[in-house]
Amino acid sequence: MSRQFTAHVRVTLKPGVVDPQGRAVLGALQALGFAGVADVRVGKWIAVTLTAESEDAARGAVDAMCRRLLANPVLEDYRFELTAGAGERP
Amino acid sequence: MTAPAAHARFRFAVIVFPGSNCDVDAHRALGEVLGQDVEYVRHDAGDLDGYDAVILPGGFSYGDALRAGAIAALSPVMAAVERFASAGGPVLGICNGFQILCEAGLLPGALHRNRDLKFRCHDVFVRVEAGRTPFTWGIEPGTVLRMPIAHGEGCYTAPPEVLEELERRGQVVFRYVDAAGRRGGDANPNGSAHDIAGICNEAGNVVGLMPHPERCVERLIGGEDGRRVLGAAVRWLAARRELVTGGR
Repeated sequence: MSRQFTAHVRVTLKPGVVDPQGRAVLGALQALGFAGVADVRVGKWIAVTLTAESEDAARGAVDAMCRRLLANPVLEDYRFELTAGAGERP
Repeated sequence: MTAPAAHARFRFAVIVFPGSNCDVDAHRALGEVLGQDVEYVRHDAGDLDGYDAVILPGGFSYGDALRAGAIAALSPVMAAVERFASAGGPVLGICNGFQILCEAGLLPGALHRNRDLKFRCHDVFVRVEAGRTPFTWGIEPGTVLRMPIAHGEGCYTAPPEVLEELERRGQVVFRYVDAAGRRGGDANPNGSAHDIAGICNEAGNVVGLMPHPERCVERLIGGEDGRRVLGAAVRWLAARRELVTGGR
């Protein structure tokens, strides 16, 4: 019987890839007076709700989604957590 | 091979994705200005039979959702573009079209956000580095062309070994330079690795570039250098036809 899962996918720039957004946010935080802020990296969080026969099947499907579309392997890394049921919150 | 053939006429396909916005410019440049047969082909078309060359125009396909070009790369027409390309057909991706070709894996690397976060919208100079592609055919390497850019995500990025391979195989087609053809300084508008403005695949028939040749095909609108890039494809197609038919 298939069950519902939610994958919380985190897509981040690979270490070493310059992050212009992160740099802009870093500058803005420092301008706000947060002097201790040393670095900022901006990434994406994607919630995918899906049905699958098992947790393993869901995991395999989400991994394939990440490789085929959700992350660009030239620039980005991904990882995800799986929770049972639907919902945005991890 | 002799050129040109002012009268040579070929069939160009301009692919239209939801959110393409330079499709009309490309159509007009090839049709009205260069006198070619041009047709719009939808993103959901299943084949490209009967076309001599394919243009992926600029724009913001699917509103740049997820990443520029990522969704368009999965369009049904891209399977046809892949078949067309692997049969040796000339394919040109301009700006968003370049991003789509990279996302589809027809060209290596990726176009990342501009280094300074600015949407860059001005003329640039590029140096032709490889004259073997259909879109630089007959243009002497070293030639400096002036063309407009308009993009927020044009920073060409690839792993070091891929960059090295591109250089070694002569796959860097256009490089950002200054008006005198020199690299460095402010010539590179977006932080692209190796000042890369355009590349080709290993075979040379698939070319992607960030500048817009279709936007500079008449003096009245600011320049004609783009005409040389699009016109090169016409010369290349004429030369190929002559090779195949022996000029008949």
